[in-house]
Amino acid sequence: MSIIDSAKNAAQGLVQGALGKLVPLAPDSWIPGGLPDPLIARKHGLIGTPVSRLDGPLKVQGAARFSAEVAPAGMVYVALAYATIPRGRIATLDTQAAEAAPGVVRVMTHRNAPRMKPPAVFGSSPTAAGPSDLPILQDDRIHWNGQPIAAVIAETQEQADHARSLIHVTYEAGPSTTSFAGAKANGAQIGRFMGQPLRNEIGDAEAELAGAAHRVDHTYRTPRHSHNAIEPHAATIVWEGDMLTIHDTTQMVTAEARTIADVFDLKPEQVRVISPYVGGGFGGKGLWDHQIIGAAAAKLVGRPVRITLSREGVYRVIGGRTLSEQRVAIGATADGHFKAIIHTGTAAMTPHNAMPEPFIFATRSGYAADSFKLSVETVKMNMLANTFMRAPGEAIGTFALESAIDELAAELGMDPIALRIRNEPDKDPISGLPFSSRHIVEAWRSGAQRFGWDQRAPEPGTRREGEWLIGMGCATGTYPYHRMPGAAARITLTRDAKAIVEIAAHEMGMGTSTTTAMVAGERLGLPLDRIEIRYGDSIIPGAIMAGGSQQTAAIGAAVIAAHNALVAELLKLAGNESPLAGLSVDEVGSEGGALVRLDDPACRETYQSILARAQRDTVAAAEQASMPVEAMHWSMHSYSAIFCEVRVSAITGETRVSRILGAFDCGRILNPQTARSQFRGGIIMGLGMALMEETLFDERNGRVMNANLSEYHLPVHLDIPEIDVMWTDIADPHTPMGAHGIGEIGITGVAAAVANAVYNATGKRIRDLPITLDKLL
Amino acid sequence: MTPFRFARAADTADALRLAAGPASAYLGGGTNLVDLMRETVATPGSLVDVTGLSNTVSPTESGGLLIGAALRNTALAEHPAVRARYPVLSRAILAGASAQIRNMATVGGNLLQRTRCAYFYDAEGARCNKRAPGSGCDALEGFSRYHAILGASPACVATQPSDMCVALAALGAIVHVQGAGGARTLPFTELHRLPGDTPEIDTVLAPGDLITAIELPPLPFATNSAYRKVRDRASYAFALVSVAAALEVEDGRVRDVRIAFGGVAHKPWRALTAEAALRGGPADGPAFHAAAAAELADAQPLRDNGFKIELVKRTLVAVLGDLGGAVA
Ligand SMILES: Cc1cc2nc3c(=O)[nH]c(=O)nc-3n(C[C@H](O)[C@H](O)[C@H](O)COP(=O)(O)OP(=O)(O)OC[C@H]3O[C@@H](n4cnc5c(N)ncnc54)[C@H](O)[C@@H]3O)c2cc1C
Repeated sequence: MSIIDSAKNAAQGLVQGALGKLVPLAPDSWIPGGLPDPLIARKHGLIGTPVSRLDGPLKVQGAARFSAEVAPAGMVYVALAYATIPRGRIATLDTQAAEAAPGVVRVMTHRNAPRMKPPAVFGSSPTAAGPSDLPILQDDRIHWNGQPIAAVIAETQEQADHARSLIHVTYEAGPSTTSFAGAKANGAQIGRFMGQPLRNEIGDAEAELAGAAHRVDHTYRTPRHSHNAIEPHAATIVWEGDMLTIHDTTQMVTAEARTIADVFDLKPEQVRVISPYVGGGFGGKGLWDHQIIGAAAAKLVGRPVRITLSREGVYRVIGGRTLSEQRVAIGATADGHFKAIIHTGTAAMTPHNAMPEPFIFATRSGYAADSFKLSVETVKMNMLANTFMRAPGEAIGTFALESAIDELAAELGMDPIALRIRNEPDKDPISGLPFSSRHIVEAWRSGAQRFGWDQRAPEPGTRREGEWLIGMGCATGTYPYHRMPGAAARITLTRDAKAIVEIAAHEMGMGTSTTTAMVAGERLGLPLDRIEIRYGDSIIPGAIMAGGSQQTAAIGAAVIAAHNALVAELLKLAGNESPLAGLSVDEVGSEGGALVRLDDPACRETYQSILARAQRDTVAAAEQASMPVEAMHWSMHSYSAIFCEVRVSAITGETRVSRILGAFDCGRILNPQTARSQFRGGIIMGLGMALMEETLFDERNGRVMNANLSEYHLPVHLDIPEIDVMWTDIADPHTPMGAHGIGEIGITGVAAAVANAVYNATGKRIRDLPITLDKLL
Repeated sequence: MTPFRFARAADTADALRLAAGPASAYLGGGTNLVDLMRETVATPGSLVDVTGLSNTVSPTESGGLLIGAALRNTALAEHPAVRARYPVLSRAILAGASAQIRNMATVGGNLLQRTRCAYFYDAEGARCNKRAPGSGCDALEGFSRYHAILGASPACVATQPSDMCVALAALGAIVHVQGAGGARTLPFTELHRLPGDTPEIDTVLAPGDLITAIELPPLPFATNSAYRKVRDRASYAFALVSVAAALEVEDGRVRDVRIAFGGVAHKPWRALTAEAALRGGPADGPAFHAAAAAELADAQPLRDNGFKIELVKRTLVAVLGDLGGAVA
């Protein structure tokens, strides 16, 4: 090679290097025939590298100010008193002693609370966030055991707590339904989720099942679970005239502000909800009675109010996962082909909410079969409104489905992974849509190898070390890709080449603000330290709920839209003197703090230069994300293959999980560091669900009897082994950044993997969660 | 929490004087009492902090140990003489609560911690004869996983929750008490009582009685002792059942044995029937099984806890098997 050739190569390398960094603008929707997000092709930027959480130092130093740490001058504190019957009326309510107690400002009850409309129940409109449509402190009716009946407002929290214990109440009990059996006897209705009936039938599944060479047909039960985020719910609330500001810990600033505005008959712009830090959400940090009671209390006494739920208060006022009873039946040929999948059952809810725990979702697109019969029926109980909890539907649905598949594998004498792969669908079996990105088989293969699945004894109960029976189990986890409409972003570029990205999204500790900064930096061609993310505030345009694992995609799409609008603005500002003069939005990209011509990277102008020439300090653009039409063209899901090893004491029945591995297929992983924590956290929650979590709901009167962290068992350190996680990292060409949300997938499949491992260890099949030792004696 | 007065006792006499009023309570680490005050289950008008009283471990003339009641649980569990000579006690303490709670908890407070029955704790929403005598017992037909299978009454099916106390029952400890009438001692196994018709009374102590120390008698074969706790998660949960045992085997026969159960009754359950059945007999599986069955012959299950009968038997057989193997 001549010296000239190598110089030429070097020059070419430089150009290619520049092109490699240059990112064209992203398309703002992903429809068939469209282009994927160009960030997917970019291999050497920040995306995919481990980045520590930008909010980490603040939190470690205790400098992040959570909602219960905002302290407006003159603030008073609230303690709630809760009903002790499930249904009926308040007969007498004596608050005299409480009112006379030291430090008490007022006791608010239905008799003196400001008049308020009931909140619009979640799902009834795009901005409705109410837990139910029950009026709050407006009348003497009781609808659940634990309902707030009075709020003591005092100078200190201790004074409020004490005075609360001086309230005397008697009740006139009404007829109530507090047992699942009783609720079922009253009749079931088909569940409706977001307006759609939870029912699918393809072919005659019962007939196919009856005629199948092999079949399993069992009932699985899952209990209630209560939310236990490390940060209990709390809000600090200030009225300034007719302006209401709520410093809250919430997953839905925008919808909450709208709903509360409605409750108090205010215009949307009169309510501001601010929530920069959320100490764990998991679906439980939405709008509940306490924010409304706090706002009413602040109005009543004319002072700022802080309302902090005690841990008991969280159990009484914040709904959790409801109980379910699920039948799963699978019919198969001798070589394992599924003839029929039946997944039906019942979940409890209340007469006043709209959350029918959709446990069939995972089954809808999990496996190919000749016929399907899927449905969720609901029955009504007089209890606290149940709600979302990490992977609502999938978390408990995969327990039933993936246990049943393991049972069938045992019946067929097949390896359970082979059985799953045998029934891998080539398109969505219910909707018929192609999958946008499905690499579960790859996750199974790589996971099985890393875990050492070949060490599993096919015959249950045959591996033993001393008193410990050892078994391995596996299960598929899955969670859909969601991107809800309504997201927006505003990007403001400053003359010192800094970008402020504003999104009405939420940071619950999972790293959203960090990955948003990474992605925005990459798109705008700016380093991380030139990006400032503002979020968690209802005055920011758009609505991005931190739910359904959709934030990452929703933010991604909103930032794309705003970036495109910003580039259009910049080109306008650049004018005729710019080297970019005459270029259109599709002819440029962002790189190195500049706009760059795509086909000639030497043709460029920095943001600073554009702003300087235009004599502007800032340029801003706000834009709505495109409609999420990708979900109409593809069946979009994340997947996991969960592998687990357990040790079960042959003496006591105690189960210890000794190893667990999650092999995930969730599109492109944006930040492996925060992703790993999300996966691990989900798996830990799944282990709790498998082995110990259960809200003890006394069916005689609907009272939660373990409303504390001593008696409600969550896993402790000793329950959790080293958790191994890996991922395919295959980008989904039909999503922003090629990414999927990963907040919920981690919990799915875990309970079944544990139950299946317990079966492999002991030969005992536990179909009732949690798997406590008495079931294994 | 109801407002209260607070005083720190300088010595035993001071403590007794300060606690002379009717609504007084001694305060150890507060890990149980303060919780109960928050729940308004306990509403003392004044607290007398006794954590400044004796916390020493000293040898007794008879060759045992005298342990000051203010000693923290962690310190007792880690004491070299306890670990070497009474390992069952060390292990029982370490099986309980969390490191933080054990660092706070005192020996006196551990002895007198109250039941964890959920209905006892729910002052607003549940009936409980222990909390409000005569109001009824919601546990009887309610959640009873953690409740008694031995010695319960229709008035109360609660269990005493301490791990440490199970070891003390097995070791035949002696309680030193200072009361209005002066100092006295009583066998540990007589401290807690069965509920009968008066479940509101946990122990035989009179109001104002102060526990000053626990005495461990010499028990040479307690070097071969163990504690096994069975629970719903690997740590930081109360016992479903637990077994404390010490075993002395000679030529394949049981020379002496001490057994106590936790999580099964209103008091730490000294298994005298099983001990008697074993003493002098063969130290083998069938004998262990028979002894366990004899002790549990009168067990009465509730709705949720029938499994405990089998569980405690198995646990006992396993513990004795381990201890027997260690000697053989
Ligand atoms: C979440 C949690 C989990 C726990 N888990 C376990 C467990 O697994 N196993 C277990 O064994 N324990 C467990 N505990 C209980 C713990 O062991 C007790 O709370 C502790 O031992 C009580 O000691 P204390 O010094 O803090 O008592 P305090 O709370 O101060 O007092 C308890 C009682 O003793 C009385 N008292 C204290 N000192 C004296 C004295 N010298 N003379 C007379 N009366 C006195 C007090 O008046 C009060 O009635 C747990 C506790 C909690 C909160």
